[in-house]
Amino acid sequence: MKLTLKIWRQKNKNAHGEMKTYQVDHISDDMSFLEMIDVLNEELVEKNDDPVAFDHDCREGICGMCSMVINGQPHGPGKGITTCQLHMREFNDGDTIYIEPFRADAFPIIKDLVVDRSAFDRIQQAGGFISVNTSGNTIDANAIPVPKENADTAFDSATCIGCGACVAACKNSSAILFVSAKVSQFALLPQGELERKERALKMVEQMDKEGFGSCTNIGDCAAECPKEISLENIARLNREYISATIKSK
Amino acid sequence: MSSISIFLNSSVGKKVLMSLTGLFLMLFLVIHLLGNLQLLKHDDGYAFNTYAAFMTTNPLIKIVSWGTYFIIIIHAIRGISLERANRSNRTNKYVISNYHRSTHWTARKMGLLGAIILLFIVFHMSDFWWKYKFGETPWTKYTVELTTGNISSPEDVTGQGITKFTKYTDAANASEIVIAKDLYKKVVETFSNIFFVLFYAVSMLAIAFHLWHGFASSFQSLGINHKKYNPLIKGLGKAFSIIIPILFALIPIIMFFTHQ
Ligand code: HEM
Ligand code: SF4
Ligand code: FES
Repeated sequence: MKLTLKIWRQKNKNAHGEMKTYQVDHISDDMSFLEMIDVLNEELVEKNDDPVAFDHDCREGICGMCSMVINGQPHGPGKGITTCQLHMREFNDGDTIYIEPFRADAFPIIKDLVVDRSAFDRIQQAGGFISVNTSGNTIDANAIPVPKENADTAFDSATCIGCGACVAACKNSSAILFVSAKVSQFALLPQGELERKERALKMVEQMDKEGFGSCTNIGDCAAECPKEISLENIARLNREYISATIKSK
Repeated sequence: MSSISIFLNSSVGKKVLMSLTGLFLMLFLVIHLLGNLQLLKHDDGYAFNTYAAFMTTNPLIKIVSWGTYFIIIIHAIRGISLERANRSNRTNKYVISNYHRSTHWTARKMGLLGAIILLFIVFHMSDFWWKYKFGETPWTKYTVELTTGNISSPEDVTGQGITKFTKYTDAANASEIVIAKDLYKKVVETFSNIFFVLFYAVSMLAIAFHLWHGFASSFQSLGINHKKYNPLIKGLGKAFSIIIPILFALIPIIMFFTHQ
């Protein structure tokens, strides 16, 4: 198929960006969206043009790198998938496709479609961890009894890949779905108990410092999330945060 | 910073404050509605005017009403600043935005709907509350027959030096005399104008939309989200946001047609 692409081009963080138009031909239905951009980039390189910069790594929906907004939707059309899992059969011959970076002031654009998502790393460092004895007598996680329901819910929360689509989709650029998934996965397990209070307080504090917005319960984050993280996590984070504040000195 | 001020300035705390003030305001709406429904009694405003006098003189109610003004102000100021701060987090707008629209549009327009409600509240307070308290309101004398409970047609006693609500028993005539500020008459006057009737009805529509999202949302903000209870909360929210504003809006509409 033949497509018209309108892609956001921006040289660096401070440069002025704009949408540029490109044509690609001979795109097969079976290609992934990223392979389609690879085709375009090969042509650009051959013409001595600057290829379109975009993030990617696993190309199987687990690393969360392939951030981009396709026709106004983070990770494009289709529910519960990342850009790398999106296939060209979702599009028709002759379509015009708009490709933009995730936009949020807390995710500054580095180049073209690549954004700096290190704010998420700093939030994780503020509290997204547990203390484990690693001096040779580590307790096997399987030896700690956990109710099946909690294990399942914690696992659902833990499937968050930190891709940032929730921020990209939110009208307020709120990162709360991500933070709530990271807090929930530990709040539901005995291993998370030690830092439970601190975790909620510190991760929310860091989230606010990074300049993400405040949640107003709209729900576009969960609708766009490739891992379909549920809004129940946000309610849980609110509970954790409220009770941590009440219990704090 | 103390933990309470850290809480109130955090994104989660702001949300909780909006939720608690919003829940209080919804409770206030119910009580306010019950009072207003007395406007529809066929008693020349006797019940409504006595109620209005009670609401403005009882010290306990006074504290509660100042508390309500305070809560509306907090809710409005925090709501507007939240909306403004949230808008500033994306300097570069999307060229195209077309998300899966998971929720109702009202969720995205809470600030706008709130601003309309705020305009309404300012107008409403200056029209009724300010005039009642500080303006020229007529005074009316009701004579209630103690044996039958019948209220004889009220007498306009404006300008006879009456300054406060009075109630006494006239034993000779087996009746009770009640002299009250006639807010009822003011309300009838206001709602004889079709434009005011429309303005009130449209404002109630804004409240309905605000609560269509707001009711259930305030539970989520407090961390109340449970598969078992969510349908109940959502259902109650829809019923509340339809029934309460409709009843409010019906009062001016009925008064407009019955006082022709
Ligand atoms: C009768 C009056 C009002 C009632 C009953 C009411 C009720 C509510 C409720 C229940 C919520 C949901 C809170 C939550 O999601 O946790 C809410 C949110 C909101 N209200 Fe109001 N409200 C009223 C007036 C106003 C006014 C005058 C404004 C001012 C401009 C306003 C602005 C907002 C905003 C911006 C939100 C969204 C905040 C958020 O979701 O966190 N509201 N309101
Ligand atoms: S919550 Fe979903 S959208 Fe947000 S970072 Fe995690 S996986 Fe991505
Ligand atoms: S490239 Fe890893 S999730 Fe898409």
